[in-house]
Amino acid sequence: MELKEKLISSFMAFENTVNVDSPIHDIRINAIKRFETQGFPTKKQEAWKYTSLNSVLKTDFSVFPKDIEALDYKTVKKYLIDEIDSYKIVFVDGQYASHLSETTHDDIDVCLMSSALTKAKYKPVIDNYFNKIATTDGLTSLNTAFSAEGAYIYIPRHKAIKKPIQIVHFSTGNEAALMLQPRNLIVVEENAYVQVIERHQSLTDNPTLTNSVTEIFADKRAIVDYYKIQNDKQSATLIDNTFINQKNDSNAKVHTFSFGGKLTRNNLNFYQNGEHIDSTMKGVTIIGDKQHVDHNTLVHHIEPNCESHQDYKGIFDENSTGVFNGKVVVEKEAQKTNAFQANNNILINDKATINTKPQLEIFADDVRCSHGCTIGQLDESALFYLRSRGIPEKEARGLLMYAFSNTVLDSVKIPELKNRITKIIANKLGVNIGFDL
Amino acid sequence: MSKYTEDDLREELKTKEYEYGFYTDIESETFPNGLNEDIVRAISKKKNEPEWMTNWRLEAFKVWKEMTEPEWANVHYEKPDFQAISYYSAPNSKPKYDSLDEVDPELLATFEKLGISLDEQKKLAGVAMDVVVDSVSVATTFKKTLAEKGIIFMSISEAIQEYPELVKKYIGTVVPQKDNFYAALNSAVFSDGSFCYIPKGVRCPMELSTYFRINQAGTGQFERTLVIADEGSYVSYLEGCTAPSRDENQLHAAVVELIAMEDAEIKYSTVQNWFPGNAEGKGGVYNFVTKRGLCEKNAKISWTQVETGSAVTWKYPSCVLKGDNSIGEFYSIAVTNNYQQADTGTKMIHLGKNTKSTIISKGISAGKSQNSYRGLVQISSRAENARNFSQCDSLLMGNECGAHTFPYIEAKNKSAQIEHEATTSKIGEDQIFYCNQRGIDTEKAIALIVNGFSKEVLNKLPMEFAVEAQKLLEISLEGSVG
Repeated sequence: MELKEKLISSFMAFENTVNVDSPIHDIRINAIKRFETQGFPTKKQEAWKYTSLNSVLKTDFSVFPKDIEALDYKTVKKYLIDEIDSYKIVFVDGQYASHLSETTHDDIDVCLMSSALTKAKYKPVIDNYFNKIATTDGLTSLNTAFSAEGAYIYIPRHKAIKKPIQIVHFSTGNEAALMLQPRNLIVVEENAYVQVIERHQSLTDNPTLTNSVTEIFADKRAIVDYYKIQNDKQSATLIDNTFINQKNDSNAKVHTFSFGGKLTRNNLNFYQNGEHIDSTMKGVTIIGDKQHVDHNTLVHHIEPNCESHQDYKGIFDENSTGVFNGKVVVEKEAQKTNAFQANNNILINDKATINTKPQLEIFADDVRCSHGCTIGQLDESALFYLRSRGIPEKEARGLLMYAFSNTVLDSVKIPELKNRITKIIANKLGVNIGFDL
Repeated sequence: MSKYTEDDLREELKTKEYEYGFYTDIESETFPNGLNEDIVRAISKKKNEPEWMTNWRLEAFKVWKEMTEPEWANVHYEKPDFQAISYYSAPNSKPKYDSLDEVDPELLATFEKLGISLDEQKKLAGVAMDVVVDSVSVATTFKKTLAEKGIIFMSISEAIQEYPELVKKYIGTVVPQKDNFYAALNSAVFSDGSFCYIPKGVRCPMELSTYFRINQAGTGQFERTLVIADEGSYVSYLEGCTAPSRDENQLHAAVVELIAMEDAEIKYSTVQNWFPGNAEGKGGVYNFVTKRGLCEKNAKISWTQVETGSAVTWKYPSCVLKGDNSIGEFYSIAVTNNYQQADTGTKMIHLGKNTKSTIISKGISAGKSQNSYRGLVQISSRAENARNFSQCDSLLMGNECGAHTFPYIEAKNKSAQIEHEATTSKIGEDQIFYCNQRGIDTEKAIALIVNGFSKEVLNKLPMEFAVEAQKLLEISLEGSVG
């Protein structure tokens, strides 16, 4: 049975496990209908021109995982940023692992989507925000239909969280192949501040397919700082859909670090519903061996006096493929918009491919919008300079590539996280240097 | 000093009627509306074509029937009814002239009104022109000078008669019949066009030029141009067009094929000023053009275009850089006003080693128009040391128009160096203030700024053509270009 049919038929089984009387359930039913008509995206769709899910969809994924075996902290420690004190929401095979987590209801809510969807006290927030900005395309609808578990974060007005929140999804390989559909909702009210680190990690080589949806609402003057670490096993496929709705004077930043996984697709959408908004999206992609990373970004400038910055760096080795499809839309009311988009790439192997498509769609005249994209190589003279000073070629290349991606790392606000990413980069580039020279 | 503001300019642009909208009454022989195999055969027979050509057309027609119109472009328009168009129309006066004096005086007057008097061109510019009025070539000048050099420059229907082996060898090699919907349509029904062959090592002594016009109500024009530059030769080719004002939409689906052999260079310049529709967006020409050039080793093809007209433009002059060290260039200014829509750009396909390409695209949108740049830069895995530089700048006037950029960049070789830049802005108040402060009034300031904005491209036009280009820019943006 094809995955699409399997998912549609398992929806009925899924209905047995949830409260079908809740208003959310109507949203789920509409969503599964949409998925039924639209199905999985194909290369014929412009947004999926360079990324094919065909090979992934051939795998027979199980949709409902068996009961989990308890993971002990020692096995998963290395995947957490454990140097810092943080809230943790940890899922194992899609199910909440309380012994690995640290949640709170003290002033702020850092807890589970499953309780938010079922408990009455969360109802006003769910009514106001759930599925309000998620798009209606096939994949997002599929997630909406099966939305039951994930992270729920609510920061009320004037609250700044004291420590970052880590959302980590582990898959144990209990199933031969597993499909996960986490659904996250993050609401940051006026003047509130939140930092989130998200990671998806397989513990074995069994294939996984994650179709994740995150909705983030940043109210007036709110600050959202979101980091995605994608360094999964070669068997993992991740489709990440993140939607961010911003109001006046808010500031949202999303950093995406893509180093692992077989196929990673990041759909990142910013909607600027207010003035003086600042949106930043940055990413470093360093991949090799048959890996495929696709960044698909959208910034929708709806009102005047807003800014957006995009900075995506990519280093592509062996027969990897990189895709960047960035779209900036400026509505005619959005005068005085300042939008900047950059996508710089280095190809280090002839078998590697990069497809980039930075788009601008502008309907307002008094704006400053620019984009630039480059594909090139490391500067031979810079390499020679380093080597002439006794740095071996491999390390010299590593240093130059690190320097290349440094503009993205620069704005990471959590030092421990920055260190961790630096280590991953060093590892990925095959050099043993600390870069903090 | 007069208070000329951008608002005034916008107002003026809105009310500016198409100056060249007149209609020459020349008796025409027109085929009945509709398209079927018989019509294709009839066109072919009318032109006394050999059998291979008729079959080639029929093949294209067969493919076309299976195809659907492309929908991906960022343009919205009422789809033309392909069965309501007449596919052949030729001026009824004598088909051939020995000298200009024999040309229908009314026709000559038309050209004069357009400011492209043949005499003037002949004397001043040394331009040989193959004038095309509604599909049939009526006047050719300077043929003798060209013949001495061995250059063949004639209408493609003549070429089919006189040089069938050349046409047969090259037609459809760069743009195959089944390339796309409009190319297939053109292949089936093309009525005329130009053919040009530059022999080995010859540097064409003058700019070759063709003027296209749509003149007969309800006739679509399907031009086919084939330019072959043999080894080591050079040619600069100009193409320019204006069309009379008309209410119903007219379809124009041309195909241009360029072949630059080893060490050859082709420079192809276009000034396009088909009727853009009136201020309400009524009427106007649909311009769906397929232009492509093939570069062999060390060859160079350079496209320059000034697009000011047409209600809908769908045009992507491309270069296939097949040979090593070959060079492709694309310089474009696209101006849209009122309800005009343009989706234009280029494709640079890098196949050979050390190939280079440059793309400079300037879009100016005013009124309620939509202006899109759509381009592809593709580096194949065998294209070592390929180099590309692209720059797409858009200028917006008013907040009811749109500027869009859709660049596709696909690189499969690690030695590729690609740079792409795009900016969108309006004429800055500070820029105008700076000019005002130095005693330049606002109108002149805008002219200055727009001129500066498009200068990089205007500079690429041949001297003889630059005047015409300026003139045509004025029509679209009068008051802003001095």
